Amino acid sequence: MARLGAQLAAAAGLLLALACADAREDRVTVRLWGLGREGEVVRDLVPEFERENPGVHLVVQQIPWTSAHEKLLTAFVGRATPDLAQLGNTWIPEFAGIGALEPLDEILSRSASVSSRGFFRGVWETSLYDGAVYGVPWYVDTRVLFYRPDLLARAGFPEAPRTWSGWLDAMRKVKRLQPSFGHPILLPTNEWEQPAILGLQRGSPLLAEDGTRGAFSGPEFRAAAEFYVGVFREGLAPIVSYSQLGNAYQEFARGNIAMWMTGPWNLGEFRRRLSAAEQALWMTAPLPAPDGSPWPGVSFSGGSSLAVFRGSKHKTEAWKVIEFLSKPAVQARFYALTGDLPASRAAWDDPSLAGDPKARAFRTQVESVAAMPRVPEWEQIAQHMAERLEPAIRGRESLPETLAAIDRDVGRMLEKRRWMLSRRPGEKSGR
Amino acid sequence: MRRPAATFLLHLVLLVGAAAALAPLVWMVSASLMPTGEANSFPPRFFPSRATLLHYRELFTRLNLGRAFASSFIVATATTLVSLLFNSMAGYAFAKLRFPGRDRLFGGLLAAMVIPAPIAMLPLFLLLRSLGLVNSYAGVVLPAAATILGVFLIRQFARGIPDDFIDAARLEGAGELQIYRKIVLPLLRPVLTTLGVVTFLATWNDFIWPLIVLTDERRYTLPVALASLVGEHVQDTELMMAGSVLTVMPVLLLFLGLQKQYIEGITLGGVKE
Amino acid sequence: MAADRAPIPSEVRAAAIFLAPGLLVIGLFFLLPIGASVLLSLTDFDIYALGDSGNVRLVGLRNFTRLVQDPLFWISMRNTFYFVFVGGPLTLGVALGAALLLTSRLARWKGLFRTIFFAPYVTTLVAVAIVFRYLYHPRFGGLNRVLDFLGISPIDWLGDPRWAMPAIILLAVWKNFGYAMILFIAGLQAIPESLYEAARLDGAGSLQVFRKITLPMLAPTLLFLGIMTTIGYFQFFAEPYVMTGGGGPLNATLSTGLLMYKQGFRWWNMGYAATIAVVLGLVIFAFSALQFRIERRRNA
Repeated sequence: MARLGAQLAAAAGLLLALACADAREDRVTVRLWGLGREGEVVRDLVPEFERENPGVHLVVQQIPWTSAHEKLLTAFVGRATPDLAQLGNTWIPEFAGIGALEPLDEILSRSASVSSRGFFRGVWETSLYDGAVYGVPWYVDTRVLFYRPDLLARAGFPEAPRTWSGWLDAMRKVKRLQPSFGHPILLPTNEWEQPAILGLQRGSPLLAEDGTRGAFSGPEFRAAAEFYVGVFREGLAPIVSYSQLGNAYQEFARGNIAMWMTGPWNLGEFRRRLSAAEQALWMTAPLPAPDGSPWPGVSFSGGSSLAVFRGSKHKTEAWKVIEFLSKPAVQARFYALTGDLPASRAAWDDPSLAGDPKARAFRTQVESVAAMPRVPEWEQIAQHMAERLEPAIRGRESLPETLAAIDRDVGRMLEKRRWMLSRRPGEKSGR
Repeated sequence: MRRPAATFLLHLVLLVGAAAALAPLVWMVSASLMPTGEANSFPPRFFPSRATLLHYRELFTRLNLGRAFASSFIVATATTLVSLLFNSMAGYAFAKLRFPGRDRLFGGLLAAMVIPAPIAMLPLFLLLRSLGLVNSYAGVVLPAAATILGVFLIRQFARGIPDDFIDAARLEGAGELQIYRKIVLPLLRPVLTTLGVVTFLATWNDFIWPLIVLTDERRYTLPVALASLVGEHVQDTELMMAGSVLTVMPVLLLFLGLQKQYIEGITLGGVKE
Repeated sequence: MAADRAPIPSEVRAAAIFLAPGLLVIGLFFLLPIGASVLLSLTDFDIYALGDSGNVRLVGLRNFTRLVQDPLFWISMRNTFYFVFVGGPLTLGVALGAALLLTSRLARWKGLFRTIFFAPYVTTLVAVAIVFRYLYHPRFGGLNRVLDFLGISPIDWLGDPRWAMPAIILLAVWKNFGYAMILFIAGLQAIPESLYEAARLDGAGSLQVFRKITLPMLAPTLLFLGIMTTIGYFQFFAEPYVMTGGGGPLNATLSTGLLMYKQGFRWWNMGYAATIAVVLGLVIFAFSALQFRIERRRNA
């Protein structure tokens, strides 16, 4: 009896030990979650950080973008958040709104190296919520047009198109140059950024009434959606989600894709994945604007910020990581490794960035950016909008019906927010 | 009686079936050895032009899949051992120990077996969270530490133990736990072996629950690590295939080695008494 | 069973000790959460509530009415039923066919074939779902290559709303038929040879033998497998999750299980997700009970 009890106790003890298997260290261990390519690359910067901060051990975990939002929320719910994480800055309202993040105003005021003045203003604002600072911008993401200059030139466009009508014309002409399974432009159907950007370009607010109703059936978004859906219906873009594509870079190099609306991380990816000879095959340009609007067309003010979690036990050390990653020299190095554009103004003057012709489009674009609606439900709304557009894309439903359905669904998703706003009239809105 | 035509046809069908069953697995291994980009060529290739271990190297160095392998091993072993202990204790009690309400309790448990597990997932997660067990191996092992099916299987088998053995031991003054350890457990060895193999394989292959509970990549089991890899490296076909091979090989080998016990185990659960 | 003996106190005490760990685990980690799910489905517990528990409202049956009005729910039900009622019989049919072949007296190398047919069942679903994902690629995938060889034009398996579910069903059949096959083999081997001999002496043809002897004798196995397959397939979620991510083209592969996972673990609309879980559970229960009832009526 006693022996069995002892065996059970030993087994339980083993389990418990496994559960708490964190090595004891005399240094403070700070955990950072990096997303996507940035998560992979920031690991290379760890030795330098640890040299400058000998009392801190930095552990980086990389999480793919496709499951990042989910994993971060799960970690918050499960009370298993890291000390700090990279967050898409469209997520800041959501995570701040549920109380997951630590307000940084106080620690900012005491910081010697980081201040709001060092950042582009439109970018700094993305880390604010409800009057407080919840993140420090890390890098800027905005979407521009990546394209094959040779194919466009052969189609009669020595420079990238600057208007929507020019854009459509270029697509049609490039289509004639491609094999039957090629498409002029890649617009992955699961990505909400593209239709949202087009909506912003036409002047749609995307959400109405203080972020409590959808504006997707309004005239501005409808015009943008007609353009977007029209491109698919004409066969100018493949009806695929990003995961179905296989290797987009290979397809681009082979000429089966001639244009792609995507972001700065692909500066690094194109450089890494295409051979030296193939580097001449791609170029970037700011987005075309709707006819009658000034060029470039508005793009979205995205990017990532670094945020500290309220549950962290090492907030001071976590802040040191943020200070390190915000140094202009480190930002410039980060750019060299990933192609991600620095959020810090000073880093843009670094010759590696200032002298890069392919990054120039981003420099131009980042002056014409607008933010997505800053409500906690935005990620859910945006993903649903992209999914819900699919029947219209495939011609199974008329666009007005689809847009009306989207607004109905969005209205339902925001019901809780309307209730909460009505309870606490002081709560600040998203826009 | 020889029937050459029918025999030939039968074996032809069997061969086609075997090819269909094996082809995806063979391609998986083959693609994992292909040079980068070759698995995405047109027309599709079945065999590599030249074999390379590059992707396996990358899995173990840059992507640290060896750690996920270890996690899977720890979780599967712990779950198997603990569940064998808990299930066998309860199964024996239901089979051989007399206490009021025994059969009604067992019947109630059986009825609960019909309830699909996903209903429990959400509150279970919230429960683990309040116990502080999210992102721990314990959080993965504990919910599986006893199953109604396991108790059922052992109970069915234990009923075959002759009462005389147990009664004789009691008459000699042996305590209940002693009887369990010295008499019952050895007699239960066949069902314990099969249940153990079944549990190990099922835990190794388990995906949904570890996906939800483990947030720290250092604790990911192989299926979760693999799914996470797909998110980032869907472009890298050959790399993904190498990851799949690494995940599937151990269970396939275990199965090939312990075929008899495994198959006995599942027939035990399925064939009516 | 010596059930006529009165319980001895020491035995009852021992039973309590033996049952304690197992029942504690089952009660705490299975039964309790199920009850909690039902409760949760009556609230609008969501991410706001996780931040501040004052943000929960008891909404009674409103989640259920919302569910009934949600087109995504009906789409997921349609997909799930498609999977269960096409995939299930297909899996069992292939399994039965393989079992019949392997129990034929003409067959040789039975052990080898049995191993080969069972191997897919043992593999990790995530790993093989990834393999199939690549095999299903319209241009680079092996399956279209085979079709091309047979003169059929390429199919966009995971991108075409008409073919996405069949693609997943094919994966499920391939992966799962081995298990049912083994049970069928055991069932077939348990049929006494004398029955077949008597039938042959009466001049019965093979089809008649199959219908009048084989099938009825397999009835318990068929019932067991039918219920197990139904319960398992109704909950399917890992296949679409790995192969088509969100819900597939036009949500053609969105299963109710996947919908519940998305609502619960992606958006943390836990009240609503619990509602989906409860409804799914009731549907599964109903169909299992129905199968039982049919079988009992047939035997009566």
